[in-house]
Amino acid sequence: MSTTLPRWIDIGVLPLLNILAAFIVSGIIIAIIGENPFTALGVMLKGAFVYKGALGYTLFYTTNFIFTGLAVAVAFHATLFNIGGEGQAMMGGLGIGLLVLALDAVVPAFLLIMLAIPVSALMGAAWGAVPGYLQAKRGSHVVITTIMFNFIASSIMVWLLAGTLMEQGQMAPETRDFAEGVGLFKFHEIAGMMGIKVARSPLNLSFVIALIAAFGVWVLIWRTRLGYVIRATGHSEKAAVYAGHSPQRIIIITMAISGGLAGMMALNEILGVQHKLILDFTSGFGFTGIAVALMGRNHPVGIIFASLLFGALYQGGAELDFEFQTITREMVLMIQGLIILFSGALVYMFNPMVERLYHRIVGPEKGAA
Amino acid sequence: MTIKTQHNARGGTPPPAIALSGISKTFGAVRANDDIALTVTQGHIHGIVGENGAGKSTLVSILYGFYQADRGKIEINGAHADIKTTADAIKLGVGMVHQHFMLVPTFTVLENIILGHEHRKGGKTLDDEIALAREELSSLAQQYGLEVDFDALVADLSVGLQQRVEILKTLYRGAKILILDEPTGVLTPQETDQLFEILATLRQQGVTVLLITHKLREIMAITDDVSVMRGGKMVAHLVTKKTSPSELAELMVGRQVLINADFHEAEKGEVCLTVDNLTLTGDGGIPLLRGISFDLRAGEILGVAGVSGNGQSQLLEVLSGITPPTTGAIKIGGQVISPESTTTPNDVKNMGLAHVPEDRHAMGMVLPFSAAETSVLGYEDQPSLGSGFWFGPDQLERHCGELMQDYDIRPADPSLKCNLFSGGNQQKLVLAREMSAAPKILLVGQPTRGVDIGAIEFIYQRLIAMRDQGCAILLVSVELDEILTLSDRVMVMNNGASMGIVDKRDADAQSIGLMMAGVV
Repeated sequence: MSTTLPRWIDIGVLPLLNILAAFIVSGIIIAIIGENPFTALGVMLKGAFVYKGALGYTLFYTTNFIFTGLAVAVAFHATLFNIGGEGQAMMGGLGIGLLVLALDAVVPAFLLIMLAIPVSALMGAAWGAVPGYLQAKRGSHVVITTIMFNFIASSIMVWLLAGTLMEQGQMAPETRDFAEGVGLFKFHEIAGMMGIKVARSPLNLSFVIALIAAFGVWVLIWRTRLGYVIRATGHSEKAAVYAGHSPQRIIIITMAISGGLAGMMALNEILGVQHKLILDFTSGFGFTGIAVALMGRNHPVGIIFASLLFGALYQGGAELDFEFQTITREMVLMIQGLIILFSGALVYMFNPMVERLYHRIVGPEKGAA
Repeated sequence: MTIKTQHNARGGTPPPAIALSGISKTFGAVRANDDIALTVTQGHIHGIVGENGAGKSTLVSILYGFYQADRGKIEINGAHADIKTTADAIKLGVGMVHQHFMLVPTFTVLENIILGHEHRKGGKTLDDEIALAREELSSLAQQYGLEVDFDALVADLSVGLQQRVEILKTLYRGAKILILDEPTGVLTPQETDQLFEILATLRQQGVTVLLITHKLREIMAITDDVSVMRGGKMVAHLVTKKTSPSELAELMVGRQVLINADFHEAEKGEVCLTVDNLTLTGDGGIPLLRGISFDLRAGEILGVAGVSGNGQSQLLEVLSGITPPTTGAIKIGGQVISPESTTTPNDVKNMGLAHVPEDRHAMGMVLPFSAAETSVLGYEDQPSLGSGFWFGPDQLERHCGELMQDYDIRPADPSLKCNLFSGGNQQKLVLAREMSAAPKILLVGQPTRGVDIGAIEFIYQRLIAMRDQGCAILLVSVELDEILTLSDRVMVMNNGASMGIVDKRDADAQSIGLMMAGVV
């Protein structure tokens, strides 16, 4: 996947081309079912950014995508495919749930929140490190084991939420609500305190934590010795061994960091909005993180923008379903699917074309004689 | 069979089994095959020797239809052959046994052999087909001395028997010309002997064999004719009986342009590396190093000569701590590396040893990294590059900039990706990194492979300068001239063993060539 294109084309022009292609195909389909694609696009944009509270919802979903996208990206720098974002996020949520349910009667809310953040990361890290260990020491491929760990995590959640942790006298597989005040501040609340009126939305402080995590990943990968070794291992295991590192150790550490980032997604959903542990709060964000990371070229800045796009699609897509009779929920899913297809699975489709065009204009690649 | 009748009808000598003329093939800027001509007589075992990268594999890949030549003509049994795919080759009676076997481990021998030819016998069911194939195969196996249990799982067979299955597979497909690509690389000496017996039987039965190898012992032991390749060109066609291993070694290694290295005698210091009866056993019990012992003194260059694949790479990996030895010991300063000690490359580095690896693309550098990043590979922990956990790109670039100036690396741009530098400048970067660590011992593998003349001279001067400063250097190279130019003493390796250590005064191309061939 090496490219001779300058960075601005690689992380700027190419993703835009991919989105454009996805929108064109989606537009054709919408036209076929008899709606005006431009009107639909307008509704979607308004639904994502303009309507009251829309931006808040968009950024709320963006937060989920940032965490899971970063998780995939970190693993990818060591050439590991972490498909286990779902399971790792569930375990992060479980960690928060167990912590808060056990202690919220005795420990002050603020302290509990401060504890919940590392606990979510640690639980996710543990759930990522085990497949890492299996890959490093036993040769079981992480793609397979992380997928299997998603099922295990999901089963554990059902077992606990339909059993031990289920609230007494309830029918829903959920825990009791957390104690009053155990939750991350929402933006409209903070704004309200400062006297600014902002529409209600689930957007909470997790968004800030996600941005800090993105900066942290950038520092880790490009400004620390560990990040250097992770990248070296990813590019050439032989070179890493030659340089005196153990690829096994790096694989386990990388998977733990990756899992930790995915685990923190639970902060947004559980500690930010639900204030109780529920089933299936991950609802596919872990998987979509793969497309986010691909589209963001495994760079934190790219991932933030890709997350924003996916957040907008998620929110704006719901609006489409609401406004048009003919455009159903399934239709919206299909449009999202097309975006994932073009910017995820077919992410390098336009590369050769753009490369040829670029070299025709700028001339042959720069290099030594 | 048709061949024989043709020849009888004409009453003359049979046409050559293979006749190639003007074969050329380039990959990018690399001329893998340059105007190759080759004639292989029917019923002969014909060897092709050459170093790694000489173009042997490319040539047989063209013959077997993996690649198509850019130019040139192929004739099989006197008729023009247009080989576009491997299926074409098989149809013409050309079979190939690859270096890495193409067998399904969970299938039986019989199932593997008929794979892809399940309908040949016209059996109604697979069971019919297998029963019919079994008959033909038993007679084939008997005819060529290739006995093997047809119902055994391939996974349960030894490597030697798996190879036998591969040979049987090609014969079952009607091969009359058999290409073997480095067939003995994975075999034990006993298995090699058995293979040669099989090849002799095949020859007796009229099969033509093309044997690709870089081991001269095998050429001398089994072939009738031999062709030597070097740098993509065919440099000689010889009759095996009329040549000698030393002549072949010289032809393979070649004479390169004489380079002014400014070699002079120097004072030797004390012993700083002692290798004592070192052995290494590879997968499947294949001995890779057999009882290597030597001393390395400060201020000397010990050259390790040998045709590639005779254990030099393994020696470097064991000495640098990448692979632990099977038995024996290495003493560096007061410390000992043995099979029991869990020494890592880092520990060895801390003992004052630096290593310029043979394979600079896979090991010595990380190609997608910038020059600055590669310039600290293995030395990331240096405090000057950033405090604690942190790693400053500015410090990296400054460090790399200094190296680039010192070692005249061009273009002097630390942010440029490694794969955009020429081979010579890449090598200078790796050398600069390892030499700037001021090691007491320096291991150097193939310092001038893929390096232009100008850079070679520079690298030679640097190596001699390092020696003069009291560094002990172990130089592994397949370029005999390089070894003879730079070394104070020369150790010759053959088949994983040291054939002896010769002082510079007594070393000449001819005697070393004989030792390389394992004759002595």
